[in-house]
Amino acid sequence: MADKILDTNDDLIIAGRSFTSRLLIGTGKYNSFKETRSAIDASHSKIVTVAIRRVNLGQSPDEPSLLDFLPPDEFTYLPNTAGCYSSDEAIRTLRLARELLDGHSLVKLEVLGDSETLYPNVIETINAAKILIKDGFDVMVYTSDDPIIAKQLEDIGCCAIMPLASLIGSGMGILNPWNLEIIIDKSNVPVIVDAGVGTASDATIAMELGCDGVLMNTAIALADNPILMASAMKKAVESGREAFIAGRMDKKLYRASPSSPIKGLIK
Amino acid sequence: MKIHINGNIKEFEGRKITAQELAIQLNLNGKRFAIERNGEIIPKTNFDGIYINDGDKIEIIGAVGGG
Repeated sequence: MADKILDTNDDLIIAGRSFTSRLLIGTGKYNSFKETRSAIDASHSKIVTVAIRRVNLGQSPDEPSLLDFLPPDEFTYLPNTAGCYSSDEAIRTLRLARELLDGHSLVKLEVLGDSETLYPNVIETINAAKILIKDGFDVMVYTSDDPIIAKQLEDIGCCAIMPLASLIGSGMGILNPWNLEIIIDKSNVPVIVDAGVGTASDATIAMELGCDGVLMNTAIALADNPILMASAMKKAVESGREAFIAGRMDKKLYRASPSSPIKGLIK
Repeated sequence: MKIHINGNIKEFEGRKITAQELAIQLNLNGKRFAIERNGEIIPKTNFDGIYINDGDKIEIIGAVGGG
C-alpha cells in the first residue's frame, strides 16, 4: 500500500528474495487445515512457518496434509526448529527440512533454553547459526531482545534478526520497545518481531518502531475469529509501516499546541 | 528383519530393503517426506540406491503446522 503513495517499491527483502507482505504467519494451533488456509489468505501473507516432525505412519494414504492446503509453490515455507534445545538438534532438523523441501535454504532458527518460558538459548543459537550459515543456509534467527546478541547474529551472517516482543504464545505484546529500537537502529539486515504479538495494535506498534516485518501465530489462531483477526493483522502491519515511513510528529510532553488558529477569534 | 522407524520396531520380509521400497510399504508414495538412516539423510535422488538393513534406525519426517 505504501508503494502506491510513495511511488517506490516497499517490498520486504530477505536474503535477496522480495515479498509484497511484511506479515509472516505460523501454521500451528488452528482448528483445521481449511481454517489455516483461510486465515493466511485473509492476511495476504506470503511466508509461512512450519515445524518438522515425525510423519504419522498410521495415517491412511488419502489423509490430507498441510502441504495440500498450502502448496509450497504458492507460499514461501520457513521451516523452524521449534522444540530444539541444542544446536545439534536444530542443525539436524534444518538439514532434514532442506531435503524435505527440495533444497530450499531459507529457514528460521530457534534454539530454546527452557520449556516453560520457551526463551531462546542465545549461546546455542549462535553456535547453530555459525554452522548452518557455513552449510549454505539463509538463516532467519529467533533471539532475545539483547542488542549485542542481535548484532553478533547479524555479523556471523544471519539474513534476518527476529527478536521476541514477549514470550511465545503469551500475547503480551511489545514489552520492551526501547531494546527493539536499539536493535533496529544498529541492524543492517531486516528485523522481524517474532513472538508475543496478541492483537492488531501490537503489530502496528512493532512496525511504527521501524521493524521490517512481524511474525505471529497464536494471535491469529487463538482469536475468536481467526480469519477476521488475520485481516486485522494485515491492515495493522500495513498501517504501522505507512506511519513509520510517513514520519510521525514529535511528542510534546505536557505541552499542548492548538490545531486551530488563534487569530480571528470571535470576541 | 527388524527396523526402528520413528521410535517403533517394525518387521519386514527379507534381509534388506531400499528406501524406495520402504516408502511404498509404508504408504508414503506421493507424499512429501525425508528419510534419515542412522543419523544420515538419504537423498531423494538415491532412494533406489541406498539399502536399509536389519537393526537400522530410521526417522521419516515431514512438515506440520507450527509457529
